[in-house]
Amino acid sequence: MKFSENWLRTWINPALSSAELAHQLTMSGLEVEALEPVAPAFNDVVVAEVLEVVKHPNADRLNICQVNVGEAQPLAIVCGAANVSTGVKVPCARIGAVLPGNFVIRQAKVRNVESFGMLCSAKELGLAAESAGLWLLPADAPVGQSLRDYLELDDTLFTLKLTPNRSDCLGVAGLAREVAAITDDKVNGVQITPVAPNLTDAFAVRVEAAAACPLYCGRIVRGVNAAAAAPVWMVRRLERSGVRSISAVVDITNYVMLELGQPMHAFDLTKLCGGIVVRHARNGEQLALLNGQTVELNDDILVIADDAQPLALAGIMGGAGSGVETDTRDVFLESAFFTPDAIAGKARNLALSTDSSHRFERGVDFAATRMALERATQLLLEICGGQAGVITEARGELPARAPILLRTSHVARVLGITLDNVQTAALLQRLQFEFEQQGNDFRVIPPSYRFDLTIEADLVEELARIFGYDNIPALPPQVEATMLPQTEMRRSLASLRQIMVARDYQETISYAFLDAETERNVCANTTPVTIKNPIATQLAVMRSSLLGGLIGALRTNTARKQARVRLFETGACFTGEGYGQQDRLAGVCYGAQLAEQWGVAERSVDFFDVKADVEALFAPAKLSFVKAPHPASHPGKSAQIIWQGQAAGWLGELHPQWLQQYDMAQTVVWFEVDLVALTQAAVPHAGEISKFPPVRRDLAVVVDESMEVQTLLDAMQSENAPNVVELALFDLYRGKGVEGGKKSLAFRVLLQDTQKTLTDVDIDQSIARLLAVLQQQGAQLRM
Amino acid sequence: MQELEHILDEALKQFAAVGQAVELEQVKACYLGKEGRLTGLLKGLGKLSAEERPAAGVRINQVKQAIESALQQRRDAIQQKQLQQKLAAEALDVTLPGRGMGIGGLHPVTRTLERIENLFHSLGFAVASGPEIESDFYNFTALNIPENHPARAMHDTFYIDGQHVLRTHTSPVQIHYMENNVPPLKIISPGRVYRFDSDATHSPMFHQVEGLWVDENISFANLKGVVQNFLQRFFERDDLQVRFRPSFFPFTEPSAEMDMSWNGGWLEIGGCGMVHPNVLKHVNIDSEKYLGFAFGLGVERLAMLRYGVADLRLFYEGDLRFLKQFN
Repeated sequence: MKFSENWLRTWINPALSSAELAHQLTMSGLEVEALEPVAPAFNDVVVAEVLEVVKHPNADRLNICQVNVGEAQPLAIVCGAANVSTGVKVPCARIGAVLPGNFVIRQAKVRNVESFGMLCSAKELGLAAESAGLWLLPADAPVGQSLRDYLELDDTLFTLKLTPNRSDCLGVAGLAREVAAITDDKVNGVQITPVAPNLTDAFAVRVEAAAACPLYCGRIVRGVNAAAAAPVWMVRRLERSGVRSISAVVDITNYVMLELGQPMHAFDLTKLCGGIVVRHARNGEQLALLNGQTVELNDDILVIADDAQPLALAGIMGGAGSGVETDTRDVFLESAFFTPDAIAGKARNLALSTDSSHRFERGVDFAATRMALERATQLLLEICGGQAGVITEARGELPARAPILLRTSHVARVLGITLDNVQTAALLQRLQFEFEQQGNDFRVIPPSYRFDLTIEADLVEELARIFGYDNIPALPPQVEATMLPQTEMRRSLASLRQIMVARDYQETISYAFLDAETERNVCANTTPVTIKNPIATQLAVMRSSLLGGLIGALRTNTARKQARVRLFETGACFTGEGYGQQDRLAGVCYGAQLAEQWGVAERSVDFFDVKADVEALFAPAKLSFVKAPHPASHPGKSAQIIWQGQAAGWLGELHPQWLQQYDMAQTVVWFEVDLVALTQAAVPHAGEISKFPPVRRDLAVVVDESMEVQTLLDAMQSENAPNVVELALFDLYRGKGVEGGKKSLAFRVLLQDTQKTLTDVDIDQSIARLLAVLQQQGAQLRM
Repeated sequence: MQELEHILDEALKQFAAVGQAVELEQVKACYLGKEGRLTGLLKGLGKLSAEERPAAGVRINQVKQAIESALQQRRDAIQQKQLQQKLAAEALDVTLPGRGMGIGGLHPVTRTLERIENLFHSLGFAVASGPEIESDFYNFTALNIPENHPARAMHDTFYIDGQHVLRTHTSPVQIHYMENNVPPLKIISPGRVYRFDSDATHSPMFHQVEGLWVDENISFANLKGVVQNFLQRFFERDDLQVRFRPSFFPFTEPSAEMDMSWNGGWLEIGGCGMVHPNVLKHVNIDSEKYLGFAFGLGVERLAMLRYGVADLRLFYEGDLRFLKQFN
C-alpha cells in the first residue's frame, strides 16, 4: 500500500515530521517499508516560457533563448536541447539554483555568450532516469511559479507493508482514522454530502446471492462526458499511489477506492440488458475480462450479471464488454459489499490479483458503501458533468457486530501490566470504538471497518498497540523451578555430531530437495516424494537418502580442487508412503585417509577406514556387517549395517559408474545410518574386575579366500568356551607360505577368570574347543 | 706409609684419566682387585709387629675407603655423562607438526542451533520436533489460518499434494506438542522450514526455532523478557536493545514483530505473540485458565549476524573453505 503524505495530511495533519510519522505508524503495527521523497532536493527552479530562439553565433548545436521566468525582463539562456522552440514551457533553473548532485547554476559564458540560468530536462532534476531533451510542461503551466509548488514535489511517498488484518487502512480515510488513534489527534477529512438526484431513473438490482453480497448500491448518471480529462490533482494522487490514470470515469472509481477503501465499478448503461443481477455463475459460463483474459466460471464464483449474461467478476474485475469507454454517455455506478468469504481465494484460483479483490477478501467497511457511491457521484458530476439518478439499494443481512466483553483483569493477565478503567476507556475512545462500561467490564462493539476484532484477545492487542508495546516492560516469568528430565537411555544428536567432528568430518547442510535423476541413480528411487511447484527442476523431489546431497557437496569441493573431502550431514529423509520421514546421519570420504603429512605414507581412504568410523559412532554397541548390494555402491564393496539384529544403514564404496558420472577422480566411501538406532543407549552397569592375570593365546588359521571373518568369529563366540573374555582378529596375511586362493587369519584370544589363576589345562581345553570350531568351518591350523 | 699416600694419589689421577666405565673397572682392579696394590698391602699386614699392625691396618683401610669413594664418584660421573650424551642424541625437532587424524567441524547453522538450544535449555525449555512434510491442517488450519485466508499468501508454500505441504514454519510443532502434553508446557522446536523464495536473502529451505511457553500466568511482558534475555545472551551483549512492534499472525493475539538493535538500526529477528485462544481451543487447552506465548526466530539470520556471514546461499553450498571457518 503506497500513498502520498500530502494527501494523508489533507485528512489529518499531526505535528510530526515525515520520519516521525513513519516511526509511529511502524510502532503501532503499520510497518512503513519505504519512505521516499517524490523528488530529490533542488531549489530555484521555476516554470518558464521560451519567448525566442536564436542560433548561437559560435556553435551549431546551441541556441540563445529569451526566457520569461515571470520577471520584468526575460533571461538570455544558452541551451543545447534539440527540442527547444518558441512558446514551449519548461523548467528553468535560475542563477544560484542547486540541482541534484549539488550542481550549482552560475552565470557563465558559453562560447562567449552570457547565459543567465539553465533550461532543464526531467533527468537533470532527478525525476527521470533518462530524458530526451527538455521537460516540456503543459501549456497552462503558470510562468514564474516554483516547479516544486506547481507539481507539488514537496511530498513523500509512504509504502506500507500492511498485515492482512488491516484492510481498514487500505484507503487514505482509514489511514487517517488510524493516525488519529495513534497520535490522539482529529481527522479533518472531506465532507461527503449526498448528491440530490436530478433524474428519477433507477436501475433494477436483484441480489440472488444475498449471503455473499449483503449490500449493493447502484445509481445511473446520464449525460456524462467520459472523454473529459481527469484533474491534475487526481491523476497525481493516483500516480503517487501507484495507479495509472486511464480515463476520467475509471480514475474516479479508483480514486474513491484509494480514498475511502471502497472498490467501485462503472458500467456503460447502454451495454446493460435489463437489470443488474448479483448471482453465482453457472458452471461453464464464460466472461471476457478487462485485462483481455477470458475465464471460465463455476458456481463458486460470484458475478455481476444483467438479464442476459455475466458482466463482471464481483469484487474482482470488470468485464470487457460492459465497461465505460470515452464515448460513453450514460453510466451505471456500482458500490457494493461482498463478504470476505465470498471473495477470498477466488481471484487466486483464477490467477488474478486486483486492488479490488485484495480489499474485499480482507474486508471492506459495509457502513460506507453508500457514502462511497455519493462520493463517486459527486466527483463524476464535477469532472464529467451529467445528471444523477436515485440510488438503488439492495440490502440483506450485514455482518453482525456482537459486543465483545473486555475485562480489565484479563487485560492485566495477558499483558502483564495494569491498565485501570480510566486508561482502558481512554484507549477505546482514541480507537473510536463504541463501548459500554459496567464496573471493570467493557462491552465493545467492533466497528464495521474492522474484520479482525471478534474476541477479547483482539481488543487486548488494540489496547496494547495504542498504549505502546514499548511501554510494556520486559519481565522474567515467575514460575516454580524444576529440572528437566534427562534420560541416559538416549544419546543426543549433538554428542553424535561431536564424534564425527572428532573423526575429521566436516558437517554440511544440503537442501532436502534435489533432482529426480540423482535420486534414481544412487537410491534407485523411481517414486520420490515430488513437489508440485518446485523452485527449479533440480530441486523438485524430496530426498530419500542424505547421499544425494552429500555427493552434491562433494562435487562442489572437487570442482574447487579439494583433494581430500570428508563430509557428514544429519537430517530427515522422505519416503512416499504416508510421507514418512526418517532421521539419518550420513558421511562421505574422498581422497587420502590422512591429510598429507610427514612421516606417514599417503594412502586413499578405504572401506575399512570408514567402517571404523561407523563402529565408533555406535560404540559401545556392536554392529555386524552383511554383504549386500546397494544401487550407489560397488557390488563387491557394499554392506548393510546390522544393529541389534535389524538393518540400521549402509556402508560402501561408490560404484565406479557414479564416480565417472559425477567426475570423481578418486574413490568415495560413504555410509548412512538410522538416527533412531544411533541414539539408543543403555545405562552402564559395573561388573566384577578380575584380580587374576589374563592369558593370551593366538590362533592362526588358513582359510579359503571366500571365507568371511565374521563367520569364524561368530562360530567361536557361540561356542561359549570357558574363560574366553575377548576374541579378535589381529592379522590377515596372503602371500609367501600361504597357497593361492587362501588367506591366513590370526586371532587373539584372551582368557581370564575372576576367581582363580587359570591353569594350562584350563587354557588348553578352551583353545582346543575354539580350534575345533574353526576346523569345522574348514580352517586349518597354521604351523 | 708414604707408599700409601702415593697409591691414593696415583689412583685418583688414574680414575680421573679414564672416560669409559669398562676402563674404570680395570683401573679399579689394579688397586682393589685380588692382585691389586692395596690388597697386597693388606696381605702384608701380617708381617708387621703386633704394635704396628693396628695403626697400619687403620691407615690402609682409610686409603681403601677413599679410593672406593673416589671410584663411585667417578662411576656416577661417567654414567651421568653417558646419559647426557644419549639424551642429546635423542633430541627431537619439537617444531615438526603433530601427526595423524585432523579434526572436523560443525556447520555454522548447527553451531547456532546448539547455542540456541543450550540457552533455552538453561531456562528449562525442552526440545520438540515434528514432521517437515506437514498436513495442511497442522501447517495452517490448526494455527487459525483457514483455507483462502489472505494470511496464506504470507507463506510462499511448496505443495506436495492437495493435503500436504513442506512446512512453512515450525509452528505446527506447537500443535503436535500441545495435543500430546498438558500444561505447563515449555518447549522450543528447532528445524528446517521451506518457502518458495530464493535470492541472496531468501533460501527455499532455512531454519527456524519456535518457542512456546504455556502456563497459568504467562504474559506478554514475560514474552518480552524471555526474548530479550535470549538475544542478549546469544550475542553476549547486555546493551542489546529489543523492540516489539504490533503485527499480525493468525495464531497469536496480540502479535508482535521482534526487532533487534544492530549497527545503529533495527533488524527483524522474528515474530511472536500470545497464543491465540482459537489455537488453544483446537488442542483442548482451557484458554481462560492458561495463557501462553510463542515466538519464531530465524536461525540463519542469527548465524549471519553472530558470525558475519554476508550471503545466505553460502550455508547450503557445502564449500569447505567456507565451512572450516567455523571450526
